[in-house]
Amino acid sequence: MAEIQDYKSSPKFETFSYLPEMTADQTRAHIAYLIQQGWNPSIEHVEPNRAFNYYWYMWKLPMFGEQSVDRVMAELEACHREYPTHHVRLIGYDNYSQSQGMSFVVYRGRQV
Amino acid sequence: MGKTYEAGVKDYRETYWQPDYVPLDSDILACFKITPQPGVDREEAAAAVTAESSTGTWTTVWTDLLTDMDYYRGRAYRIEDVPGDDTCFYAFIAYPIDLFEESSVVNVLTSLVGNVFGFKAIRALRLEDIRFPLAYIKTCNGPPHGIQVERDKMNKYGRPLLGCTIKPKLGLSAKNYGRAVYECLRGGLDFTKDDENVNSQPFMRWRDRFLFVQDAIETAQAETGERKGHYLNVTAPSPEEMYERAEFAKELGTPIIMHDFLTGGFCANTGLARWCHKNGVLLHIHRAMHAVVDRNPHHGIHFRVLCKTLRLSGGDHLHSGTVVGKLEGDRAATLGWVDLMRESFIPEDRSRGIFFDQDWGSMPGVMPVASGGIHVWHMPSLVSIFGDDSVLQFGGGTLGHPWGNAAGAAANRIALEACVDARNRGVDVEREGKAILTQAATYSPELKIALETWKEIKFEFDTVDKLDNVNR
Repeated sequence: MAEIQDYKSSPKFETFSYLPEMTADQTRAHIAYLIQQGWNPSIEHVEPNRAFNYYWYMWKLPMFGEQSVDRVMAELEACHREYPTHHVRLIGYDNYSQSQGMSFVVYRGRQV
Repeated sequence: MGKTYEAGVKDYRETYWQPDYVPLDSDILACFKITPQPGVDREEAAAAVTAESSTGTWTTVWTDLLTDMDYYRGRAYRIEDVPGDDTCFYAFIAYPIDLFEESSVVNVLTSLVGNVFGFKAIRALRLEDIRFPLAYIKTCNGPPHGIQVERDKMNKYGRPLLGCTIKPKLGLSAKNYGRAVYECLRGGLDFTKDDENVNSQPFMRWRDRFLFVQDAIETAQAETGERKGHYLNVTAPSPEEMYERAEFAKELGTPIIMHDFLTGGFCANTGLARWCHKNGVLLHIHRAMHAVVDRNPHHGIHFRVLCKTLRLSGGDHLHSGTVVGKLEGDRAATLGWVDLMRESFIPEDRSRGIFFDQDWGSMPGVMPVASGGIHVWHMPSLVSIFGDDSVLQFGGGTLGHPWGNAAGAAANRIALEACVDARNRGVDVEREGKAILTQAATYSPELKIALETWKEIKFEFDTVDKLDNVNR
């Protein structure tokens, strides 16, 4: 049994939450992918203990038509500065499929 | 002026072979691969198939003259060589839409693949493709929810979903079975699945299984904060029992149930799909018996036809084959029927085995499920082949992990997310697969040991049912 490791569960938050927290460069690459797909960036945040809910707080409005990785990054940072303990996620709204082409947590919140 | 009646036997071609016919947008079109008996010419064989699958019988009958046979009869309108195979040919047949009951794939199949398949003048017969006109599609309910609604309900975006079929297929008690489900889900899978032959056997009755599995789902959800499901198989001996199981699953609040559409039958499947739509429960479809029907290149029904009929009958998931795993499936052909499951318009493309343009209008798409002999090493190929709108199911590839189901599930989840992450960042995932997985294993001991365990396992047998343009 010595070689078998115990598996420890921990709270997760859907896509990419099994990977290490992203670096800024990685996040920027994903924003570029989102824009290149023709999706609309949008930012949401929530207290970690409410993360299971479908609806999180919207940060301002979706950034329809936004083409600048820098501006999306700046809004993510601004949201994180204002809510440092919250999960902050980036969504790519795909208005053709009427769904989200992507959605992942950029800043991982912590319980307070 | 009316026709006069003459008793006797006419060549089928006189009535049913019409090479100048231009199909109507509302016609149901079919492409058959016909292997005639020696001495039967192509036009006569095609016309015979047309007659037997539409209005005709072997001899003229006086009652033909009581109706407008020109309106109702099918027409063989084109014949083509099968590339690389002289024993058979393709026949294209147009059927007027009024030959079929609305919203009934049962009725369409009873005509198109009914008596005609036992017809003596034909040595073998295969239904290669059907073009359903939009006018017919609009009469069908189709998938109870479709891909977009499933993503919203399950809260899964920007990646394929991950599943696992619980093994051993048969013999576990309900409580031990629930344990296996719980371990998979807490480790990071989105779904687990009843195997197709898990129905309600003496070792595990369905009600006991449903109760323990639902507990496993809820516990794993609470622990991980993610939405989870298990395909509760409601396939049953009779429709009454099927609905009883479905109702109980709904009462428990489970998100998804499952049905075997070929062994259960299209009548049951269509009914259950309507029930699922009405009751807000997702429907996973298994395809036991399909290879009996679709694997022989000369006889039966091609799987792409089964995909189309299932999309019409209704289901939110359907097994599609993996291309890379232990079960049959050519890559180009698989991509063809995967498109038929989930896209809105699919153009004719013989290089992918698609014989007709197919317009589904607004009918929701079916999520293809890749399952059977796949493990972490296949992840880069699977992500490249199937894209985001798919469920990747690792049975042995989860449960066979040396540290157990939870670790196996985590290994698969990490491998999946690493591949999607790399893809989004512009990496060629299929070519760089090994580097991506190896890098991810540096922070996941679960993935590292999984990569070591399944290093040498491949399933490199040639496909039996190849596309005709690659035969020989």
